Amino acid sequence: MKKVFDHMSYLPDMEQIDSPVMDEVLSAVRAYDYDRYTAQDVRAALARRTIDPADFGVLLSPAAQPFLEQMAQRATQETRARFGNTICMFTPLYIANYCENECVYCGFNCKNRIHRGKLTMEEIEREMQAIANTGLKEILLLTGESRGMSPVEYIGQAVQLARRYFSTIGIEIYPLNSDEYRYLHTCGADFVSVYQETYNPDKYETQHLSGPKRSFPYRFHAQERALLGGMRGVGFGALLGLDDFRKDALATGLHAYYIQRRYPHAEISFSCPRLRPIINDATVNPHDVHETQLLQVILAYRLFLPCASITISTRERAGFRDHIIGMAATKISAGVKVGVGGHEEQAKGDEQFEISDPRSVDEVRNMIRARGLQPVFTDYVYV
Amino acid sequence: MCSAKQDPLILGGHTFTSRFIIGSGKISMDFTPVVVENSGAQIVTLALRRANQAGGENILEYIPKGVTLLPNTSGARTAEEAVRIARLAREIGCGDFIKIEVIRDSKYLLPDNAETIRATEQLAREGFVVLPYMYPDLNVARDLQNAGAAAIMPLAAPIGSNKGLCTREFIQILVDEIDLPIIVDAGIGKPSQACEAMEMGCAAVMANTAIATAGDVAGMARAFGQAIAAGRAAYLSGLGRVLERGGDASSPLTGFLHD
Repeated sequence: MKKVFDHMSYLPDMEQIDSPVMDEVLSAVRAYDYDRYTAQDVRAALARRTIDPADFGVLLSPAAQPFLEQMAQRATQETRARFGNTICMFTPLYIANYCENECVYCGFNCKNRIHRGKLTMEEIEREMQAIANTGLKEILLLTGESRGMSPVEYIGQAVQLARRYFSTIGIEIYPLNSDEYRYLHTCGADFVSVYQETYNPDKYETQHLSGPKRSFPYRFHAQERALLGGMRGVGFGALLGLDDFRKDALATGLHAYYIQRRYPHAEISFSCPRLRPIINDATVNPHDVHETQLLQVILAYRLFLPCASITISTRERAGFRDHIIGMAATKISAGVKVGVGGHEEQAKGDEQFEISDPRSVDEVRNMIRARGLQPVFTDYVYV
Repeated sequence: MCSAKQDPLILGGHTFTSRFIIGSGKISMDFTPVVVENSGAQIVTLALRRANQAGGENILEYIPKGVTLLPNTSGARTAEEAVRIARLAREIGCGDFIKIEVIRDSKYLLPDNAETIRATEQLAREGFVVLPYMYPDLNVARDLQNAGAAAIMPLAAPIGSNKGLCTREFIQILVDEIDLPIIVDAGIGKPSQACEAMEMGCAAVMANTAIATAGDVAGMARAFGQAIAAGRAAYLSGLGRVLERGGDASSPLTGFLHD
């Protein structure tokens, strides 16, 4: 068993950058007392032309919950003004599920006895061909978090393969140093998503028992290192339900906000995952984050950062996903498999979590059209 | 009053009778033909990053014949990226027109004027008809003209904002001082604002969000087309002067002196 280290420290070889963002976010969250807001505060926030960080805190508070309809109306206007009626489509491809981390809520947790697997380059290409045949042009490549089993070079080769079939390549892998992000960018990847899971360092410590992921600050600064490495955009997300979701949503929004201010060219995106049951532990659940609360969080993100792309996960049921696109979400996955591979061949490894919306690319595309929206398969040129 | 045929818009040697340019990015593709028809637009912009939709639809198939494509370089953060996107557009058959958008600000999408000048220099050398999107600045407009731009496209307000002619005074300076067509791009939210831009002497107006977010997209396209034609006619007719204060009686009090 690996030796447990202080969760606020770094391991050797982890790059440390000089950035004020973590302190800015954590101090704002410490000062956030959402119970002090009133309906009057919510009305005042909604009346403002620009939602600032203080207003964002108001919109995430319990006092704002009765104002979801007003928030939805304004969110729809903001989304339409910025994105028109476009909804981007993509699918994830898990190329490995080996993991070195012991995260108590995750199906890939290294202590969880599941089928592990890793695709060969030949298998990856066959999977990509199958995905490309559905018409998709954007792919998100995922691994479990194991440098040993899924080294950067392996991921780089997969990205280079993906360049043959896709115009947009995102990666959702273990956090890297900036020079490693630069390498993957030259291979063709351009978007990096890293989820902090919870922004409460004390809770984080209890959820990440061992493995490199235990380093809170290294994970926190991943987006900044990705941008320093030349990536075009970065994604943020907290795993809602792990801790106090209002504080985690506030931290997620502020994290993105401060990064956007430091790197104005960066494209920003949010994902809004809730806890889902996992293999060998059906008791993992989103706790007090019901659809109403999830909607409030997503609407608050939209009003706070109208420029941000928002992705809606297959963790949510079809009925929820169908209504949130166009209103706040601008990107939706389809034809999703969360095991290793599984698009073309039998999956080589078990799933990370249970999905709630198994619809195919065609089904999701038709749903988007039926809602008067425009499915977009490519929204980017890698040059 | 002269007709549109007698008063053409000339861009890079190409002649157009419509002075309305429409964007294609924010409306469903199957609306594009009716928007083009109702608006009378002869130029439609196209984000190259949206072309080649593979399993999705191809916007190129929805743009009516005879319409000139104006691909843009949206997504470019530097002059070099804009140049590469422009070359890709030409390679896939989008023609020689290119609207340069170089944006290093993902929040407001304000153009980077310095990079835009660099991209214009290069692409004009390569024979493109270059229409640069820019923040209205007279010195920059002069540099763009010297770099070989075919027109200047100043923003009226932040893109997608529908806030109208927020930069009115600075656009007027460009109209007065630059010997190229001034095409207002970004921020126009209502037909009346488009009409006003044309009354000021702008050569054309581009709109996208104002139409895409309208209750009746096809109806709003028609309204914009009419407003732009009306504004142009008003400009050519010469607007009556505006008094700073008071009135100017049609029957003056001192008229008796001439009885």
